[in-house]
Formats: sequence, structure tokens, C-alpha cells
Amino acid sequence: MIKVIVGRLLQLIPVLLIILTVTFFMSKMVPGGPFSAERQATPEVIAKLNAYYGLDKPLWEQYLGYLARVVRFDFGPSYTYQSESVTEVIARAFPISLQIGTLAFCIALVIGVTAGVIAAVNKNKLWDYFPMSLSMLGICLPTFVLGPILALVFGLVLKLAPVSGWYGLNYVPFHPMILPAVTLGLFYAAYIARLTRGGMLDILSQDFIRTARAKGVPDHQIIVKHALRGGLLPVVAFLGPALAGLISGSFVVEKVFNVPGLGQEFIKSVFNRDYPLILGTVAFFGILIVVFNLLSDIIQTLLDPKSRK
Amino acid sequence: MAAVTASIEPVPIRADELVQGTSLWKDAWLRLKKNHVALFGLYAFCMVGLFCLVGPFFTGYTYEQTEISLKASAPMEPILSRTETRKTGEPKKSFIAFSNLEDEFLDKPESDRKAIAAKIANGEAYQEGRNTYRLSNQRHFFGTDPLGRDLLTRVLVGGRISLAVGFAATLVSVCIGVLWGATAGFAGGKVDTLMMRFADILYALPFTVIVILLMVMFGRNFILLFAAIGAVEWLNMARIVRGQIISLKNQEFIEAAISLGLSSRQILFRHLIPNVMGSIIIYATLTVPNVMLLEAVLSFLGLGVQPPLSSWGVLIDEGSRTMETSIWLLACPAMFFSLTLFSLNFLGDGLRDALDPKSSKD
Amino acid sequence: MALLEVENLRTYFYTRGGIIRAVDNVSFSLEQGETMGIVGESGSGKSVTCYSILGLIPRPPGKIVSGRARFGGIDLLSCPKEQLRRVQGKRISMIFQDPMTSLNPYMRVSDQLVEPLLVHEKMGRSQALTKAIASLEEVGIQDAASRINLYPHQFSGGMRQRVMIAMALISRPEILIADEPTTSLDVTVQAQILELIKQRQKDLGTAVIFITHDLGVVASFCDYVNVMYAGRIVESAVTDEIFARPMHPYNASLQQSIPALHEKGQPLFTIPGLPPDLTIDFRGCPFAPRCVHAGDICKEQNPALKQTAPGHKTACIRFQRGEIADLRLRNVVATV
Repeated sequence: MIKVIVGRLLQLIPVLLIILTVTFFMSKMVPGGPFSAERQATPEVIAKLNAYYGLDKPLWEQYLGYLARVVRFDFGPSYTYQSESVTEVIARAFPISLQIGTLAFCIALVIGVTAGVIAAVNKNKLWDYFPMSLSMLGICLPTFVLGPILALVFGLVLKLAPVSGWYGLNYVPFHPMILPAVTLGLFYAAYIARLTRGGMLDILSQDFIRTARAKGVPDHQIIVKHALRGGLLPVVAFLGPALAGLISGSFVVEKVFNVPGLGQEFIKSVFNRDYPLILGTVAFFGILIVVFNLLSDIIQTLLDPKSRK
Repeated sequence: MAAVTASIEPVPIRADELVQGTSLWKDAWLRLKKNHVALFGLYAFCMVGLFCLVGPFFTGYTYEQTEISLKASAPMEPILSRTETRKTGEPKKSFIAFSNLEDEFLDKPESDRKAIAAKIANGEAYQEGRNTYRLSNQRHFFGTDPLGRDLLTRVLVGGRISLAVGFAATLVSVCIGVLWGATAGFAGGKVDTLMMRFADILYALPFTVIVILLMVMFGRNFILLFAAIGAVEWLNMARIVRGQIISLKNQEFIEAAISLGLSSRQILFRHLIPNVMGSIIIYATLTVPNVMLLEAVLSFLGLGVQPPLSSWGVLIDEGSRTMETSIWLLACPAMFFSLTLFSLNFLGDGLRDALDPKSSKD
Repeated sequence: MALLEVENLRTYFYTRGGIIRAVDNVSFSLEQGETMGIVGESGSGKSVTCYSILGLIPRPPGKIVSGRARFGGIDLLSCPKEQLRRVQGKRISMIFQDPMTSLNPYMRVSDQLVEPLLVHEKMGRSQALTKAIASLEEVGIQDAASRINLYPHQFSGGMRQRVMIAMALISRPEILIADEPTTSLDVTVQAQILELIKQRQKDLGTAVIFITHDLGVVASFCDYVNVMYAGRIVESAVTDEIFARPMHPYNASLQQSIPALHEKGQPLFTIPGLPPDLTIDFRGCPFAPRCVHAGDICKEQNPALKQTAPGHKTACIRFQRGEIADLRLRNVVATV
């Protein structure tokens, strides 16, 4: 168990190194720095700016210096936000994305698992086809279609939720977090429902379920106590990749609902060629993904006693 | 022996009577044909593909032809034509949507405009200065976008791009994935460990982020879009192929092939890969919608194809900006996009059931 | 009054390939404390018979088309689900063929063992646990108090079957159905498990329905035997009678196909042909196409199980009519 965790944490190092190296050199390979082309500045000013940001040193020196600072979680100053460092931008924007992501995740799990279990128990009956058709619909209505539709219905027509903006709109019944979280959550609920159904069908056809029936265990206990643990394994395995999806999904959702989260900051930094911010957010996303893959591995070992050795 | 009358005469049983020999593919097709949802997916997808491919030749418009007086006209909205007679040369003809008549007669009061509109709608011509206005036969099936471009044409041309990206990137990912997975699985040992560890590390990268970076750093290049998405999506394919190759490798027919003196390459390409073809097809079918989704996300964020070219993602993005006033701009491309995803997913599920009967034994 | 009386049980499976008549008109009765064997080859419907009684047939595709199973004043086949549930695991228990897959790999053995007590007797957990440890000791698992907290994969096959037996007997059922409990075990372990079931049966006075394809096990274990073929009971009698005086050609050929040690160099006897396709609703005796004694009547008339000697029933029409007798002596030339 501890070995697994340590092993995974060690895997974090090459992953991060690759991310940092690739993004760093990619940003250097692009012709034109942030100060050269776009803005009308005298060569002296550019030289000064380059010196300030350390861009006048040889590449490898910049690279090593960069790595050394990253270890201290210092991604340097942002180009676009003059008064804020990259770390501060992340600290400001990430909690917002985290809130939405967490809520979306809960929505996805609760709806997805419930729908999947109902479908599996009623295999090839109405209550299988109905939730599964809905789930297929959910997969085929990606966030950037569902988001605008929800915004239109709940924001513009019913006026229950703010359509855009995050602050100062608390007079409407829905918190501004709800629509983005629902949009994001429903999409993943659809995937989780399909995975849960598959996993549960697999488990429900096993011999040990027949044993439990022969013991006279009531149906609901068979599902909760006997089947759910094994049936949820595919869902848990999906959690890691789901997080990666939640991150890229957050780009879309934050754009649709104009949420000042990390996804928006990343997209903005990309358009502004704010390299320190790009590098910082990419590394941060990398850490998040590895950590969540690790968590999903740990939950898997907890659920499946056979993998515990 | 007496004539066989009863259905259970003691006839010696021959092996070929016990197992009816149907090839895997024929068998799979028969199973797929029974699956109505999958068949619907297949037909729907073919229809969408055909529309996108040949449709733009028949709509009568091009995807980039703008006409500002036609801006944001609703689907099938009546269009009127304005013929401007000039002293020299040909008369100039242009089109106006009824909803944009306001812009044409800015100086007239509301009531006058209504009267003019009614008159024209009745089929009469209306003369104003050098311009003659008439009801035209021209119709825009899906309406027009804020620049007066025909939405149907744009959706179909956008569909070409989306489908092309979907298929080309899937092809890239299948090629890389199959070669990588098959090599790792076939070689085994240290090579396998090394190759799969590498894939593991890549798997942990935030890929959408990397693709976005690639798109920004190297320009929004069409080919790069294929390559970037393809390079992202090959990992799962590699894993699946490797797993299958490993389980196949230990079966007797491979040992037989080895004992016949076949080279590794012959075994890999003639015996192993054809046997995992089913899984490859299933997974590729399910990769196409994934790729299209990723392309749409990029385009939606403004990082995909650039105007005037469009893809479904771009159109949905444009549509979502004006959905308060002209919902069809969102609805039409979203409908095409969702229908395509729908049909591909159903087809993929159906193919899985058909090619891998073990996975669904009901 | 018999403990369990099964009458005219028909269980069909409605599949894409047609209707499989897995159990076709089966009747038998079981007395208190008796050990009854059901013998037959795979696919003869012996397991499906018992699953039907306990309501374990997956529906769909399975369906109990007709029949009654009277037990303690209720009909197990038609009673409400809740009533059946109170019988399952409490008054009738079951152990299965494969102990590797019949225990839940995601649950501790303790949780699975106490389940019948918690479900049926509303017993407190600690009391149930004490009882579970005792029951594990009774089936010969040493160090039960600590091993009860392990997971099934930490036990060997034989040990797991012991756990299954402990679990099935923990609520002192009146009937234990054992569905080929030794088939997937090593030969040495097989004997131990059989001995254990016998021992526990003696201790508790439980009636046992023993499903097997192994005639040797039947001979040593059962009081009474039903021989099944193609979903029907073709012969039933007390064990000694079944072996001493077979009255159905299928039973006779089965016994003939047991290899005998003293007949070295003789080719092994096999029954020619295959069991019939159960999706075909045929007329006549299902064994007729493979039967050396079969006459025209066997293909025309549906056989019924009738008593031909005291306590001995057969479904062979020609035997019932007295056209053939003494099936043991007739030495059949093996055809391949």
C-alpha cells in the first residue's frame, strides 16, 4: 500500500520534469518574445525588460534557474498581471475552479452511479433503456452545447441564475456556481452511468451473487453490500482521466459562464503569451492529474482486496 | 437405413454439422444487422457524411460569401431582392432579409416600413429611387449568420472539417497505437516494460493543455491539429492492442507459426494484428467522436480552425454568443454535431457487441 | 408427509436460439433427514431443478412454466418473493460447485458467514460472530477466530468449500442442496468434503439433495437416487436398487461406462451419439436415438415415470411393458 503511494509519488517527478521541460523549451522555440513584436518599445526598454525577467541569459541557464525556482513553487512574475506573481494568480483563481469542480464531481458521482445501478438492476427493461438513453444524450451533448442551453433556459428565460459573472449577483435564486457545476457534472454523470452499469452487470452475473440470493439476502442488500464494491471498480479507474477531463471541461464551462477560474486564466495566458503563467498553470495541472491518478489507485486497492498484497 | 422420419434418428454426427462455419466478419455483420440502434447509427452517420461531402455543391451558396443585409435571418425566412439600376453597366442585385428591412429604410417611420413589407410580401414590386424591391425565391434553409452567410452551407462545410479532423486524427492515433502496442506486446520483457512505462508517463500529462499549447505555439495549423490530437489519443489504443497481443502470443497457433519458420514480422503482421482487428475497429469507432469532441473544444475556445473556415465547434461557439436573439445559429450546428456523436457512439457499442460476443451474452 | 414434494416441474429458458426445455416434468419427494442424489450428465437439468426450487433461476431468460414445490405448507414456486426469501438460507440452504467464485471476493469471510443470521434471525453482530467462529470450527477450520477476518482469496479451494458448508449450515436448515460440491476440488480434498457433509448431516439431521455426475459418490453417499436425462427423471430408486437392478437403459449404460480395474485391455464403453437438442420439442423417449433396446414405440410414445418394482420407478416404456428385462446381463458391443 505505502509502496504503491511512494511509487506513484516518484512517478510524479519524471512527469513534472517532462511537462516543465517541454513547455519551457516550446515557449522558447516560438519566434518573438512577449516584448518584441506586439508592443512598440525601444530596444533599450526591451533590453531592460529582458534583463528584468532574466531573458538575456543563455538558454540552459534560464532553464536551470527556472527549475530551481519551480522546486520552491515560485513560477516567477506574470507578464500580464504586473502586480501579481504566477503563484498568486493560481492561488486566486484555483479555489473558484476547485469549488465548481468539486460540486460537479459530486453531481456526476451521485447521478451517474444511481442511474447506472438502476439500469443494471433493470437490465433490458424500461428502466434500463430510459436512463441509458439519457446518458447517451448526455455524452452527445458536450459541455459547450449543454452550457449555452442551460444558460439560455435558466438564465435568460427563467431568470433563476446569473448567466455570466461570478461576483455581486447573489439576488438570483441560484448561486453562480450552480449552472457551471451542473453543466460539467451532467456530462461526466453520463460516462459514469455507463461505466457503473457495465461494472454492475458484470458483478451481478457472478456466482457469488447467486450465493447471496440463496442465503435469502434481500435485493437491496445484495446490490449495496455484495455488488456495489466490485461494480464501482471501473468507475474508480475512470476517476483519474475524469479529472483531466474536468480540467479541460472547466476551460469551456468557465468561458461559457464567464467564471474567473484557473481555466480562464490559462486560456487568457495562452492568448497573451504570458509564458510564466502558462508554464505555471501547466505544471499545476500536471501535479493535479498525478495526484488524482494516485488517489484513484488508492481507492481501487481499498475496494479490491485481491490487489492488496 | 430406413428413411429418416423422426427428428432424432441416430445419425453419426460429423464435425461440420456441429459447428456451422461462418467467418467472424460475416457473423459480426449478421449480429450487427439485428441491432437496430447500431444500424440507425450507421445509416445516420453515412447520411451526415454524405450531406457534408456533397451538400455544399447544391446549397447554392459558399461558406464565405457574406451579405450584411441578410445578417441573422431566421431559417426559411422570406428574402427580398433589391435591383439597383445604374446608368452605366449591369443592374446590381442584392438580397435583404425581411427582419433587416429596418436598416434599409432607416429614414422611414415604422408604419411605412410595415406597409412596404406587406406590399412586397404580397408579391408586388416596390420602387424607391433607383432601387426596385421584389419578393425573391431565395431561401436559407437554416437561416444566416451575423455576417449574412448561409448557415446550412457553413454547417456542411464545417462538418467536412470536423469529420476530416475526426478521421485523420483517429487514423494517426490508430497507426501509432497499434504499432506501439503490438511491438511492446510482441517483444515483451524489457522492451515492453520500457515502452509501457513511457506510455504511463504520457498518460499522466494534462493533454488538452498540451494540445492547446501546441496550437498556440506553432500557429493554428490544420495539419498540426490532426497530428496533435492523434498523438494524444493513441495511448488507449496502444494499451488495448498490447493486452490482446500478449494473450494471443501464448496460443498454440503462434507456436505453430514459429515452428513453421515464419519471421517475427510475418507473425506480427499476418497472424497477430489481423486477430486484434476487431478490437482496433471497435476502439477506432469510439475514438472518432472523442477526437471530434476535442477538436470542437479547441475550436470553441478559439484555438481551432480560423475564420472564414469553420468547424462545428466554431459554429457552436458563434451560435452561443447570439443565442438570445437567434437560437438557430446554436441549434443547427449543435444538432449536426450531437447527431454525429450519437450515431458514432451507438455504432461503436453495436460493433463491440457484434465483434466481441463474449462481452454481451444475453 | 414428505418434507419437500416437487410435482411436474417444468423450467424453460427462452433464448434467441429457441426454447430450451431444461427441466421437463420432474417430480420427486424428499423425506426428513434423507439423502437424495440427482445424477446425470451436464445439461441434464439437475442443477436447474434445484435452482428452480430455491428461486435462483435468472428471469429472464428462465421461466418456471409449471409445477409445484410443497415445503412446510407453502408452494415455493408460486409463493410471494418475501415468503420465499424467508426460506432461502434459513430452512433450505445451498452449496455450489465452484467455491472459487461462489464466495464474494470483496467481502471478508466473517461478513459473509454471519449474513444468514443477521438477515433471518435478527441476531446481534457480536453474537452472530461467535456463532460463525463456532461454525467454522465445526467444519474443521483451525484458528477460526483469526482466519474469519480474511478474504476468500486467502483460502485454498478445499477451505473455501468448508466455509461455504459452514455458511449454509449456520442457520440449521432442514434441507441442504449440494450442487456438485466436490467437482472442482482435488481428489483427496473431495473425500474430506464428502466426509464433512456426511458428518454434519448426521449431527444436524439435515436432509440433503446431492447433485452429481459421479456415480461413485452416489453409491457411497445417497439413500435414494434420481437419474436425470435431457431434463427428465428416467429412473428413481433406493441406491442399492439403482446399482443392483437398473431398469432404464440409460442408467445401465452409465454404469457400464465406469472403467473397471479388472477389465484391462478392453475398450472403454461409451454411449454412442449425443444428448438431444433441448430446443426441439420431440416426440418419444429422449434416449431412444442412443438406445440399443429402442423399438418403434420408443419414438412414438412419450414415456412416463412408473413404478415397476416396490420403490423403483422407470420411464422406459419397453421395460414397463416387460419387453426387456435384466439390463445388466445384456452385454452390449461398444460402437464408436
